[in-house]
Amino acid sequence: MSAEMSHVKGEPVGHPYSERMREVCTLADLPVNGARKLVHGDTPIALFRTLDDALYAIEDRCPHKGGPLSEGMVVGAQVSCPLHNWTIDLASGEAEAPDHGCVRRFACELREGKVYLDVGH
Amino acid sequence: MSVQKKRLVVIGNGMAGVRAVEELLVLAPDLYEIHIIGAEPHPNYNRIMLSPVLAGEQTLSDIVLNDWAWYEDNHITLHTGVTITQIKRKQQMLCSKDGDFLAYDKLLLATGSLPFMPPIPGIKGKGVLAYRDIADTEAMIAAASKHQQAVVIGGGLLGLEAANGLCKRGMKVSVVHLAGHLMERQLDVQAATLLQTDLGKRGMAFYTGTSASEIRVNADNEVTAVVLKDGSVLPAQLVVVAAGIKPNTVLAEAAGLYCARGVVVNDTMQTYDPKIYAVGECVSHRGVAYGLVAPLFEQAKVAANHLAEMGIGRYQGSQTSTKLKVAGIDLFSAGDFVGTEASERIVLSDPASGVYKKLLIEKDKLIGAVMYGDTANGAWYFKLLKEGKDIREIRDQLMFGESNIGDSGHQGNMSAATMDDQAEVCGCNGVCKGAIVTAINQKGLFTLDEVRKHTKASSSCGSCTGLVEQILASTLGGAYSAESKADKAMCSCSPHSHAVVRKAVKEHKLLSAFAVMQFMEWQTPQGCSKCRPALNYYCLSTWPLEATDDPQSRFINERAHGNIQKDGTFSVIPRMWGGETTAAELRRIADVVDKFKIPTVKVTGGQRIDLLGVKKEDLPAVWADLGMPSGHAYAKALRTVKTCVGSEWCRFGTQNSTQLGKDLERLYFGMYAPHKVKLAVSGCPRNCAESGIKDVGIIGVDSGWEIMIGGNGGIKTEVAQFLVKVSTDQEAKDIASAFLQLYREEGWYLERTVHYLARVGMSYIKKQVVDDAHTRAALIARLHLALHNAPDPWLMQPASMVDKKQFTTIMLKEIA
Repeated sequence: MSAEMSHVKGEPVGHPYSERMREVCTLADLPVNGARKLVHGDTPIALFRTLDDALYAIEDRCPHKGGPLSEGMVVGAQVSCPLHNWTIDLASGEAEAPDHGCVRRFACELREGKVYLDVGH
Repeated sequence: MSVQKKRLVVIGNGMAGVRAVEELLVLAPDLYEIHIIGAEPHPNYNRIMLSPVLAGEQTLSDIVLNDWAWYEDNHITLHTGVTITQIKRKQQMLCSKDGDFLAYDKLLLATGSLPFMPPIPGIKGKGVLAYRDIADTEAMIAAASKHQQAVVIGGGLLGLEAANGLCKRGMKVSVVHLAGHLMERQLDVQAATLLQTDLGKRGMAFYTGTSASEIRVNADNEVTAVVLKDGSVLPAQLVVVAAGIKPNTVLAEAAGLYCARGVVVNDTMQTYDPKIYAVGECVSHRGVAYGLVAPLFEQAKVAANHLAEMGIGRYQGSQTSTKLKVAGIDLFSAGDFVGTEASERIVLSDPASGVYKKLLIEKDKLIGAVMYGDTANGAWYFKLLKEGKDIREIRDQLMFGESNIGDSGHQGNMSAATMDDQAEVCGCNGVCKGAIVTAINQKGLFTLDEVRKHTKASSSCGSCTGLVEQILASTLGGAYSAESKADKAMCSCSPHSHAVVRKAVKEHKLLSAFAVMQFMEWQTPQGCSKCRPALNYYCLSTWPLEATDDPQSRFINERAHGNIQKDGTFSVIPRMWGGETTAAELRRIADVVDKFKIPTVKVTGGQRIDLLGVKKEDLPAVWADLGMPSGHAYAKALRTVKTCVGSEWCRFGTQNSTQLGKDLERLYFGMYAPHKVKLAVSGCPRNCAESGIKDVGIIGVDSGWEIMIGGNGGIKTEVAQFLVKVSTDQEAKDIASAFLQLYREEGWYLERTVHYLARVGMSYIKKQVVDDAHTRAALIARLHLALHNAPDPWLMQPASMVDKKQFTTIMLKEIA
């Protein structure tokens, strides 16, 4: 897959997402198989980079007790919350059964080594 | 894109066959198009719970394990009410009475067993039932509402459960049993006598050492009585035959598959036709046919592995244990309870209070157990038996149970059977016994892992694991098989145990967590949050100079070098060697607290100072301002060496404990281990540093140092065990180093020294660390090699390779 090809994970919300995409960092700023924390207003956002360089962005608050998901261990396209080990699917934002809950997702993509994110309104 | 899938057909919609499919779906969800054929018009249900249904304690819907939706969700075609009459092996075709029915690529036989019906007159009469399935159970319930008298032929497990159920439904029940005492396969005479007395009080009558010679019927072929060999006549309108089962091999034999009291399979559960596998009660494995659930599940797991084309896993036979599912009767039996002349017996017998226990021992190992009246320790005995543990050291306490030996957690203090439903089992997650029992029954749970997932009990600190296992055992009875920890898979990513993985890392020189997963064919490409930290540790501890650390396989605490708190902030605990500090250090700490507005400052139990509520962004600056090394209070590593003031100041002190403590702390700085490690050094036997509850505890005496190991002040307080007495500081350091290195090399990830010690035994550790000077020297050398120049993650940041980017949050401006 070429660098120009974008990985768009997470459903774009409402508007054509590309207009609202903002450059937030470079791919090299993100640890492989890890995450960085972003803050937009009052919203903490966890930006993930998986082992195969797919990108995902979700709200940095576990649906269980609000733990910082950006500090969790990344396995495939899932993250384990560092507080009580809930597993959240990065693509769907949903907690793995038998736990219930879901986090907000943000569209993000990679263009020429730079990471773009749609933080919505 | 999609290739034509191979078709797997399972004949038998019972517990063994469906369990194999469940295991297969986990391993290879898309490999097969799956068909299950069942003769009964029901989805898979929990056959062992038929007795509580008969006794009116549960309903049929309670015992369904996989409802109709499960088959649909997993794209399994279920054919119920279909009877396969022929397997054409050459054409790989199954036929029903109407001709060709379904072709297969792989076939799994799970046809179960048939009841043995003695060939006596009247056996075909109306009102004569076996006790195998829902239809039998329903017929018995219906008969109980119409008739008064029943005879049960067979006083084994199944027969007695049937008799009890009918009794509870108001019938007058007589049990006819061929052998001299009840349940002779599981019980000795003493236990069986107690059982018979108790059941007799409930209104059952017993005729042992005799058999039925005839079942009398009336003109409508309805049962009227059972005639015994001695001519006595027992009036009955219902006769339940539970005189044993035989593997159902009708189809297999007709198809020319080799059968010998069961469909013969090898250790991969394959029959003599490589396309056909078999599991469950229809199978004969190494000459044994099993009729209990736990072994069938083990078989299902192995068969699934081979059907998934993974080619690992062997079934090597099972030890089984039995519990009678009759409310109010406590009975447990496992292993060989008869023994030979060579076996030794420990017996506790108190007939007046209805308690009898017998343990059989051969060559310092427990080989069998029978218990009646008090079975609280059944699961523990069964574990000892399965693991073949050497019981020499605990022999004098063995009869009095686990609580007298002490293990971790509450398991010593109470027994599951006597707890009431409101009693809290898991203190971390607030789960009471009733919730666990309900989940086991309603959701059809069989393993500790399943209980953890569904109830959260035992999923945090793990101290209640033993208790949860006891609840599983007492709720499921014979269906529960306590997995021995030694061969338990480390997580669901692979079938390998910790021991096997550690060995492979060493033998094949595996240098990273991902290399281990690849080499050992992990079933999940990237492991999970359980196994990755363990693998990372195993590589680093085995190959300290060559292995590559993967920070992303570490828990956040070890990545950020602080302890994450519930609000996402971190705690900072600087190291204070031996618990000593200075005015300058305290001033710097005070300044840091002011400058970074740190909300809480607390003195820890490990003689140092905890700064709580530090923002992650502030960590590097806090460390730099403190100018003190990391206390590693967040890592699976050396934590503190607690000391008393010792002979320098104390008027009772005999040894300079502070100095030895500081020396040891410097020696082991940055020492990662399977779990956290705490040391203490006291200067006299008053033991003010609390050496008795540390991983390595040292106590000064006039003539030197006493060293003890395996203490623990946490979850359940464990007193350290005496290892050796030495006369010099150097010897004390050497012994401590050798023991810690042995633990680092052999301990399983997250296993504290107390559990490591319990697993390998004190005599083994003594031999390696104390008796054999060569091993000791080699261990010490390896420890020094691993710790040589261990970098301080706080002060030596380039060398310690801490990812610094993580401390910056990317701030996004809001667009108006």
